[in-house]
Amino acid sequence: MRRLLPHPLLTLTLAILWLLLVNQFSAGHLVLGLLLGWLIPLLTSAFWPEHVRIRHTGVLLHYLAVFVYDIVRGSFQVAWLILKGPARLKPAFVVVPLELRTDLGISLLANTISLTPGTVSSRLSADKRTLVVHTLNTDDPEALVAEIKQRYEMPLKKIFEEEDRAC
Amino acid sequence: MLDILLSILVLTGAIFTFVGSLGLVRLRDFYTRLHGPTKATTLGVGCLLIASAVYFSVRDEGVSLHEVLVTLFLFITAPVSAHLLAKAALHLKVHSLAAEPHEAHGEERTP
Repeated sequence: MRRLLPHPLLTLTLAILWLLLVNQFSAGHLVLGLLLGWLIPLLTSAFWPEHVRIRHTGVLLHYLAVFVYDIVRGSFQVAWLILKGPARLKPAFVVVPLELRTDLGISLLANTISLTPGTVSSRLSADKRTLVVHTLNTDDPEALVAEIKQRYEMPLKKIFEEEDRAC
Repeated sequence: MLDILLSILVLTGAIFTFVGSLGLVRLRDFYTRLHGPTKATTLGVGCLLIASAVYFSVRDEGVSLHEVLVTLFLFITAPVSAHLLAKAALHLKVHSLAAEPHEAHGEERTP
């Protein structure tokens, strides 16, 4: 089973991607999509060393909602900061100590930080323990670190890494 | 009614994209400039794509959803390019308004 269907989630994602790409829904395209979703992970399995398993779907949905809300909120903040004038900005680098251990978790955290307006992840230390984040404007760098850890890192850890601690 | 909603979406998108570009001119150093185009445009492009999806779903028969793909690919690639630009800038020690970061351990690396 594992060898025949190494990444069921990826298969499903690729099938949906295919349906979106052809922009129409029919039985033929669904079969073709599933076939592609089965073949591509099989042929590229060397690139997928980690087995992705999602725990806590509720947490994931909540995380996505927070993510979208933060993009909208952050966009307004950044737009306002740009219009108000750059003279009073207080840009800063903050160092976020990471609790996430898997590559996937860290990548997702870095992507989330970069996508939410006002912050860009800019460097990961070689031992993958700290992430440098540049922020456009902050009065309290420590509060920002706490917010990133609490808002993004904790749910990601719950969704993708919870079981790893038990083993 | 739908026209009004779509107009609002398109206008909002255009405004955010404009402000993002304006940031390139107004902000003072490389790192803060990075925030303008990569960020304010996230919502800008988002609004434009939602408008496009709704418009083509209503005009033609059947829903048009490949705008979702544009969003998805944008959301995957935009942060990577921003991260690499910032990383390269840190490596080259580009002039920065903020104090340089100091981590406790080791060399740099891409996730």
